[in-house]
Amino acid sequence: MLELHGGLDDMTKASPAVQPNMNDVILDIRHLKKYYPVYKGVFKKVTGHVKAVDDVSLYVRRGETLGLVGESGCGKTTLGKCIVRLQSPTSGEMRFRYGEGGMRDILSLNAKEGFDVRKKIQIVFQDPYSSLNPVKTIYEAFDEPLRVHRMGSRAQRKEIIAQMLEVVNLRSDYMYRYPHEFSGGQRQRISIARALCIKPELIVCDEPVSALDVSIQAQVLNLMKDLQQQMNLSYVFIAHDLSVVEYMSDRIAVMYLGQVVELATSTSLYRTPRHPYTEALLSAVPTPELDAVRERIVLKGDVPSPINPPSGCRFHPRCSKCQEICRVEMPQLRKVSGTEDHYVACHLADTESVPQEARMEL
Amino acid sequence: MNSESDLILKVDNLQTQFHLSRRVVKAVNGVSFQMKRGRTLGVVGESGCGKSVTAHSIVQLLPKMGRIVDGSITYYSSNGAVELSKLKRNGSEMRAIRGKEIGMIFQDPMASLNPVFTIGHQIAENITQHEKISRAAAMERAVEMLTMLGIPQASTRIKDYPHQFSGGMKQRAMIALAMVCNPKLLIADEPTTALDVTIQAQILELMKEMQHKYGTSIILITHNMGIVADMADDIAVMYMGRIVEFGTVRQVLGSPRHPYTRALLQSVPVLGIAKGERLKTIRGSTPDPSDMPEGCEFAPRCDFATKQCKTVPADTDLGGGHRVRCWNCMGGLTT
Repeated sequence: MLELHGGLDDMTKASPAVQPNMNDVILDIRHLKKYYPVYKGVFKKVTGHVKAVDDVSLYVRRGETLGLVGESGCGKTTLGKCIVRLQSPTSGEMRFRYGEGGMRDILSLNAKEGFDVRKKIQIVFQDPYSSLNPVKTIYEAFDEPLRVHRMGSRAQRKEIIAQMLEVVNLRSDYMYRYPHEFSGGQRQRISIARALCIKPELIVCDEPVSALDVSIQAQVLNLMKDLQQQMNLSYVFIAHDLSVVEYMSDRIAVMYLGQVVELATSTSLYRTPRHPYTEALLSAVPTPELDAVRERIVLKGDVPSPINPPSGCRFHPRCSKCQEICRVEMPQLRKVSGTEDHYVACHLADTESVPQEARMEL
Repeated sequence: MNSESDLILKVDNLQTQFHLSRRVVKAVNGVSFQMKRGRTLGVVGESGCGKSVTAHSIVQLLPKMGRIVDGSITYYSSNGAVELSKLKRNGSEMRAIRGKEIGMIFQDPMASLNPVFTIGHQIAENITQHEKISRAAAMERAVEMLTMLGIPQASTRIKDYPHQFSGGMKQRAMIALAMVCNPKLLIADEPTTALDVTIQAQILELMKEMQHKYGTSIILITHNMGIVADMADDIAVMYMGRIVEFGTVRQVLGSPRHPYTRALLQSVPVLGIAKGERLKTIRGSTPDPSDMPEGCEFAPRCDFATKQCKTVPADTDLGGGHRVRCWNCMGGLTT
């Protein structure tokens, strides 16, 4: 009960940008921040912070894919790493639905509980060449997490590994081979199988197909979709390739300099992008269609440094529609008028002035 | 103007092999194409298909174990035709062409700029190598070039080292370096693969602008069909060291005839199209280049393979310069 009250209080005092109003939310992130200190001089004095993730609120439903897109340095990978706790967030809340207790803040768990949660959240990395240990066979690489989490006897574990390999369309006797014996696509499927073998509920996929050739990319994407359906998995799908994210995701969060600037269902985001940055991103993707009539918006300059982000709206120095207010005031993520699930952080977008009432049923 | 003087580059039956300790890898296995002045040729294919090796063969920048075993590469300079494959790798003739007549941009700008020299030094070096010009004047040209490529305060940034530039700026510096001697032919090997989409859009626009200004011919190597559709006039699709389909953008993307081209086009998700549908995949993976299948290289992965595919398919001209290397391309292919 206490936690429920705490949650509601929190919702009313802060800007409740995005409210899941369903019971099937599996992960709920609120005001998450990750700052890296910048040191200088002999005494390693802290002179500033890289605001890699700066006040991000998001949620993921069970069985859905939340896409995270943005340019390099926008904080999408840091956010992903915070979710799997490879990085500890500086502040903020992260609730995860697990066990009997409903949603629990996983940032304040004790060691034992934290250990249990780790089993439920897994990650697949970008580069399948560096994420598999070259001196361990596939069997050894898979067996370790299973052993650590005490899943079954030796024989049972072997059975699980064989099964998992078959799930990702590899022969089960491949488990005695070493990573160098596999191609890139096979390795990425092995990485996925490894993430799956301890039965997680949420998988953070950090650029899972960026290192693969196009024909192999399609195999892996199809496989990921199939597995999601079979096992009711939730994905946080991180990628810089908009067309891949759009294809995979139910909802997409567009990030810029550590903040979410737009959040919408993928069809809505593609058809009616509201943030100038999203528009530019979409228009910059080259498509293999003849006579494509899209006007390409070419953004000026580079992404500014996240140590000294621009004042007001962080996108304003590159925005063609920049107005006075954009330089001064930071826009909040608000719901776009007349839409169901479309949020944007832009002063110029037609948003509801009053933030939507919080209805969190935990 | 006759057709011969219209050409800038003619590659005929190029074969490049890598002699490793125990095996021979046929990286490029009989590639032929012609390039007209002022046009852009997009070379697409997956990794290991030989697209980069083709480009490196043209400028003779192959690693030691790589050698051109057969075929010809004819470059039509203003002083007549030059047979590039016969020139010494580091001979004066080759060096006079490389960097001056043929410019190059590589994929990774971080790896292709020298970290211990300033950006200005590196650009100016290319000018002083090829032209009789003072250092100061060369530096001035470098500043001009960088300004034109949209680098703010170029006169001060020119004293910066590569690590002080961002990824997009480094790639601009690379373009400046390649374009500063006003080359007739520019080879861009995956110029935007290491960059973000918004920066990629900037760089592609820049390349178009430079081409418009100087009438440069561009060989654009990429694995991204979208980029070729946007940039190229002609497309060469490569698979395992061969051009399997060649034609104008309209021919190749509008009516692809080789099963591999079709599969490539269908296996990438396109923004706003076919969401919820499964992506078409190409089964298996690319064969080991030192142990290539007999006949058509693509046959083991092809859905339309027949007995005939055990023999190497001839290069068939479908008319209008649309060439396909497939036995079944004349008809009966329906997907």
